[in-house]
Amino acid sequence: MSVQASAGVPVAGRGTDGETEPARKQPGKKVMTERGRAERKLGLMLVAPAAIVMLAVTAYPILYAVYLSLQRSDLRFPDDTEFVGLSNYVSILGSSRWWTDLWHTVALTGITVVIELVLGMLLALVMHRALFGRGLVRTTALIPYGIVTVVAAFAWRLAFSGAEGGFVPVALGLDDDPLNSTTGIWITAILAEVWKTTPFMALLLLAGLALVSDELHEAAKVDGATGWQRFWKITIPLMKPAILVALLFRTLDAFRIFDTVFILSNSGVNRSVETVSVLSYNTLLTRLNLGLGSALSVLVFICVGIIAAVFIRLLGKDTIASGTGGK
Amino acid sequence: METKRNKYFGWGAANALIVVVALFPVLWLVSLSLKDPTTIADGRLLPSKWTFENYEGIFDQSIFTDALRNSLGIAAIATLIAVSLAAMAAYAIARLEFPGKRVVLIASLSIAMFPPISVVGPLYDLWRNIGLYDTWPGLIIPYMTFALPLAIFTMSSFFREIPWELEQAAQVDGATPYQAFTKVIVPLAAPGFFTTAILVFIFAWNDFVFATSLTSTQAAQTVPAAISSFPGASQFTAPTGSIAAAAVVVTVPIIILVLFFQRRIVAGLTAGAVKG
Repeated sequence: MSVQASAGVPVAGRGTDGETEPARKQPGKKVMTERGRAERKLGLMLVAPAAIVMLAVTAYPILYAVYLSLQRSDLRFPDDTEFVGLSNYVSILGSSRWWTDLWHTVALTGITVVIELVLGMLLALVMHRALFGRGLVRTTALIPYGIVTVVAAFAWRLAFSGAEGGFVPVALGLDDDPLNSTTGIWITAILAEVWKTTPFMALLLLAGLALVSDELHEAAKVDGATGWQRFWKITIPLMKPAILVALLFRTLDAFRIFDTVFILSNSGVNRSVETVSVLSYNTLLTRLNLGLGSALSVLVFICVGIIAAVFIRLLGKDTIASGTGGK
Repeated sequence: METKRNKYFGWGAANALIVVVALFPVLWLVSLSLKDPTTIADGRLLPSKWTFENYEGIFDQSIFTDALRNSLGIAAIATLIAVSLAAMAAYAIARLEFPGKRVVLIASLSIAMFPPISVVGPLYDLWRNIGLYDTWPGLIIPYMTFALPLAIFTMSSFFREIPWELEQAAQVDGATPYQAFTKVIVPLAAPGFFTTAILVFIFAWNDFVFATSLTSTQAAQTVPAAISSFPGASQFTAPTGSIAAAAVVVTVPIIILVLFFQRRIVAGLTAGAVKG
């Protein structure tokens, strides 16, 4: 979720859940029993409200966005609306702004997710194995997870901003305001994102760690494997599905980054770190260009779709492999 | 003996590092919020003059108090609706055989990955046309929608843990599936409900994209949106103190939830990943 974040959503390899309930299937299912029919009806009735809401608030608007993206539609000139085909897409894909912002988004996603994976793994190991204080660590690590993203972004912005009295420029003896430089704003954005979302990554990895049995580790220890070897040869391979799921959700979440960049760039004014979500927002709600903005929204949607498809392909193979192995 | 002590020391150092890193930015905001307006831009880590002026200031401004009311109300209602709808769906997914189950799961998974910015434009246009722009329902609807996948997955993983023999026993005793659901399962599933509610509440409390796009006045603006558009106390002062104080205030409920329900939150967030 931003389920940012936050909307981050811990939904792991659940795609196959529909088939994992063999116990419920009745052997002679040719004959639909009275109860079977009642069960089907109840099942459909129970999922219907959630399914209808989800479809109505996502599928319908995205289709509407596709429709709007094919129009020249500017809210400042509502009478000048007409069908223009793909010309909005042509002008976006032909503009350097889109490619620059896409590059910002990809770079920010890549950098933060890699750092988060390493730090998240370390954090998960501490949460899992520390001899004491595990509760304390879990509780404090949840604070960045739970904190409002805008608040987290302000905490980092106000710490780094020379103009707003941040302690960082003073402590480091910087003459220039870090938030006025491209490097400074990038470092701040990366730190803010990593701080906020590493705990979520760690919790997803923690779930994977819990699946690695101690017996395997003990056996390898007896055979003389070092801790390092055991980590790479036992823990990591067994955690692979959990790692992929964590990467999937964090990558998609990072790609949608909006809040942090919006706050750090002073409501989108400083464009040196502008991402595709911020660009869409500015086009839609600052410039009120519904046509171009919708085309941008659709492009962001397609990018997310591509990332998801790549991960699901990777994950699918893995889940199928581990699924058949387990049965 | 020596190595054991080193081990303790090592874990202690790791724990301490994590606690400091996790808390430092929050403590910095607290420190900033307690600075007096004249010294707020002095770049010191700790206030040289302590004051609660910033807090008094924001609670005097309706832009903040209204936003706090909106945030609480909208997040609470969105949570209530999302949890109710998700409970029904999760029960069906965890327990019943019916056609289209996979479709629902795939749809939820897709929405979990959906970029909210992609529906902001269409919703903005729609909401203005049907009068939902800048209203509570205008935010409640997207919040509950985007929280549903999380809620359905978390709750169905809790539902799978429930001793279902009890449900069958109730049905053998003549209860209908509906009665078995309300009389037997709901009480057993209460912890799952509660955990899901916490996660959904945090999600709704956190949102900024929809809040800043679909509201414009104090009628529905939530705290994250309000903080980002705080005016200074006067035209010439930066709103730093107000931002810091407001940031601390909205963080308090999160800290309370985390302190009291750490175990539940961790269980809820990890419940999904385990069943790969």
